[in-house]
Amino acid sequence: MLKAICEACGKRILAFCAASGKLTLLLWQTLRRLKDANWHEVVRQMALLGADSLPIVLMTILCTGMVFSVQTAKEFVRLGAASTVGGIVAIAMARELVPVLVGVVVAGRIGAAIAAELGTMKVTEQIDALRVMAANPVSFLVVPRFIAMVLMMPLLVVFANLIGNIGGWVVAHYYAGIGTFTYTNSIKMLAEFYDVFGGMLKSCVFGAIIAIVGCYKGLNAPNGAEGVGLATTASVVLSIILIFIFNYFLSIVIYV
Amino acid sequence: MAEKKAMIKIRQLKIAFGNKIVLDDLDLDVYEGETLAIIGPSGTGKSTIIKVLTGLLAPTSGSVLVDGQETKDYGEEEWDGLRSRMGVVFQYSALFDFLSVGENVAFGLRRHFKLSEEEIQARVATLLDLVGMPGSQNLLPSELSGGMKKRVALSRALAMEPQLVLYDEPTSGLDPVMTMTISRLIRKTQQQLGLTSVLVTHDMASAYFAADRIAMLDKGKIVQIGTPEEIKQSKNPAVYAFINGLERKEEDGNGHK
Repeated sequence: MLKAICEACGKRILAFCAASGKLTLLLWQTLRRLKDANWHEVVRQMALLGADSLPIVLMTILCTGMVFSVQTAKEFVRLGAASTVGGIVAIAMARELVPVLVGVVVAGRIGAAIAAELGTMKVTEQIDALRVMAANPVSFLVVPRFIAMVLMMPLLVVFANLIGNIGGWVVAHYYAGIGTFTYTNSIKMLAEFYDVFGGMLKSCVFGAIIAIVGCYKGLNAPNGAEGVGLATTASVVLSIILIFIFNYFLSIVIYV
Repeated sequence: MAEKKAMIKIRQLKIAFGNKIVLDDLDLDVYEGETLAIIGPSGTGKSTIIKVLTGLLAPTSGSVLVDGQETKDYGEEEWDGLRSRMGVVFQYSALFDFLSVGENVAFGLRRHFKLSEEEIQARVATLLDLVGMPGSQNLLPSELSGGMKKRVALSRALAMEPQLVLYDEPTSGLDPVMTMTISRLIRKTQQQLGLTSVLVTHDMASAYFAADRIAMLDKGKIVQIGTPEEIKQSKNPAVYAFINGLERKEEDGNGHK
């Protein structure tokens, strides 16, 4: 019994180590082949992966900014700290909420799409076809998606910060009665550009995670429709877990 | 045959996935300019041979020489050099579904040849003509039937003027008329372009029509190799059962009666 449990644990740990190694290897191959990027394809992927994600990102962050303000504004007014609400909302959004939530939303939308697309290509032998036509799948498929994600995530974060703060202001102003000048002045006094810049930096890393994990899971999808489904789910789950783990360490490095 | 130069020389090839041995001590020569059909029941490792010949799968042991070059220690870049002289028609066509028919055929030309756009378009048009699909450049793979996809896959495989073309079950899932159309195309392109071809199939009509020689693969080994006539007259129980669609009663571990 104990032996079986140990064996099962050992197998899982070995599988985890192997997957981590393969992911790192794919990242290394991608970085080595950045120079092979086909820029037409990069721009196409930027539109598909980045621009098309804007509506859902804005919707998510608008609601987050509003709800954050609902939870803080009235309490802060009661404590006589109304002049700090704008700044607190802005800092929380810029440093943590926006990069992480944009990462999670994009992992769900784009990580899944990348894994499903590449997984389908794998099970229909299109990846093999690329290789036998002497076209490296990393250069042709992974590099454009990687570059597109790393470039588009910070842009999404900028727009998300803007809309999040607008949402925060709407609630603070109309629900808690905080004046517009007080709110915007609080942002100016407390928040710095570095807060937003740090969030943008984080989102670059999250973009890289989503692209590499999505591509890795897709390129290694087991055969059949079920395999593509499993790869898609696994891609989203792993991306989100890695985003949370990396977020902790990035927060320490960037802000502490 | 003996004086002919072997384009592919396989010696003692073994492929195993864990404990499962797919190919066992397999020896096979494919001569320059011939079409060799590899026949055999499903799951005997026919497609595995194609994967090994294209470098998609590394042999467990044994040697594979393509055009006189030992491929055992080849890295991806060396394989790419060899692959640029090969064309492969995949079992499910494997057309890139995000590209149009014309762009699928032009894919290799754009990547490996320095040609003007007019030259590429002219070559694509010629290739699509050759397979009986003129003017289909702007269609998407999703708009094509199975037979049309196979024909586009054939023209894509021929685009880079390969010396060696590998067909992995090119007629599977097609009706008898389309099977013969594809078989005729394989024969025609081989005769017109003088290519060396390996045709993996379990379709006997296609093998008899398109191949110069036929090799029967069973239980990971070649059990007989010969001309279509020799195969038709074969007394080998595995070959006889396979070509006549008979169930075999196995009497020993090697599958011989």
